[in-house]
Amino acid sequence: MAFLETRALTASYGDFQALFGVDIALEAGETIAIIGANGAGKTTLLRSITGILRNGADQVLFDGKPIGTASPPEIVRHGIAMVPEGRRLFPSLTVEENLLIGRYGRKAEGLWNLDTVYDLFPVLRQRRNSPGTALSGGQQQMVAIGRALMSNPRVLLCDEISLGLAPVIIRDIYAAFPRIRQSGAAIVVVEQDIGQALKVADRVYCMMEGRVTLSGKPADLSRDAIHNAYFGTA
Amino acid sequence: MIWIDTIIQGILLGGLYALFAAGLSLVFGIMRLVNLAHGDLIVLGAFLILVLVTALGLNPFLATLVAIPLMFALGWGLQLVILNRTLGDDILPPLLVTFGLSIVIQNGLLEGFSADSQRISAGALETASIPLGPVTVGVMPLLTFLSALAVIVALNQLFYRTSLGRAFRATSDDPVTAGLMGIEPNRIFAVATGIAFVVVTIAALYLGTRANFDPTIGPARLIYAFEAVIIGGLGSLWGTLAGGIIIGVAQTVGAAINPEWQILAGHVAFLVVLAVRPRGLFPKGL
Repeated sequence: MAFLETRALTASYGDFQALFGVDIALEAGETIAIIGANGAGKTTLLRSITGILRNGADQVLFDGKPIGTASPPEIVRHGIAMVPEGRRLFPSLTVEENLLIGRYGRKAEGLWNLDTVYDLFPVLRQRRNSPGTALSGGQQQMVAIGRALMSNPRVLLCDEISLGLAPVIIRDIYAAFPRIRQSGAAIVVVEQDIGQALKVADRVYCMMEGRVTLSGKPADLSRDAIHNAYFGTA
Repeated sequence: MIWIDTIIQGILLGGLYALFAAGLSLVFGIMRLVNLAHGDLIVLGAFLILVLVTALGLNPFLATLVAIPLMFALGWGLQLVILNRTLGDDILPPLLVTFGLSIVIQNGLLEGFSADSQRISAGALETASIPLGPVTVGVMPLLTFLSALAVIVALNQLFYRTSLGRAFRATSDDPVTAGLMGIEPNRIFAVATGIAFVVVTIAALYLGTRANFDPTIGPARLIYAFEAVIIGGLGSLWGTLAGGIIIGVAQTVGAAINPEWQILAGHVAFLVVLAVRPRGLFPKGL
């Protein structure tokens, strides 16, 4: 059985159905990428896993336990942390406070604490007392990733972390991923940037219109197959 | 000399209004909930202290210490069971529900205590005074002002120095993302309202010991509280103290000119500030 798994996951916003039976499996310590165009259902998938959208109990399984009906705070306590799309830093909090809020209400034991996050992203140490939202987009993204790591998650979900950032900044941020993997966390990366996704992932799922249209190891997927799964045309 | 005395009395009175307002400011700052029953809750707190004083023979300050955990629990439960259900994009439900709560509290108190004026006796402290430079100030007004300062310092410490305070600010910014951090917004809101009720209880002590009160005076206290919050700038606790002082000074100066002008002068000061600085003197997010 996989570490984190969705089974025939469906999700709707009112009358609009966004996911149609999505099956995703993540093994412990693995990194998977979920790629797809705008509106493919990638973010909805993450919103379902994190409990922002509620599901049937058995539609999401973590470590063998059904967690489909759990609330976001319960999901975090299970060890699944999210880097939300658009970063969503708290404007009233400084950089350091944004990081500290990531482990609110619990003693998260493990590699990640303020010091190790500052080692991972040294620029944040200098800006620790600035308001989180006063930073550049790339630095804000580092805070958002650090904030999620502060809970010492067993699974890290990253939603569109390259969106709106310059290529050189994206490279810097992804340069931190090997160390995050070393900490033992499994990672789910949702990306529109296919090149970046293929580089970082052990396996890739391609989604289109709320369904998984292709999955496999990056080396096994041809450019045409990805193109076809991404856009629906060969 | 009479004017210095008048202004100092006004500043001390401002402490009382800041105490009325701090709880309102706290709840609005964290959950954008305008609690129309705030004044009635202060009166309810005063009746609770009165009951503890008369039934158990406690000193009013000791009775307040007993009332504080009871009021915290009441605020916590009220938020968790009722007020959390009213929060959302629509601002009307919390207004309607707290307006209803205001009516329920007033009528409940009328049933239980009749419309008679009440007073909590603070004994010799009521008339005690101490010289303060060129003027003499009453001990109770001075205690009121110092309590307001202490409450505002304590709330600021709570907000900016503790992990609970971080959770308050984060939840106020963005409850959905706060949930992704493991914060339960509904519980955070319940704790915030509980703390606001602690402040309400402290305000109730001074409301009840400084003047007569009866079940119907809550809404007028709500107006002073509103004015102090809005003068200060929404969400700023120090601004709330400044707002209270402006109303207090305006009232005592107005009364010194003509006793009939006391209440009016406070409202006029509010309107003037609103005309000049519509967002208040110190607008900021909490």
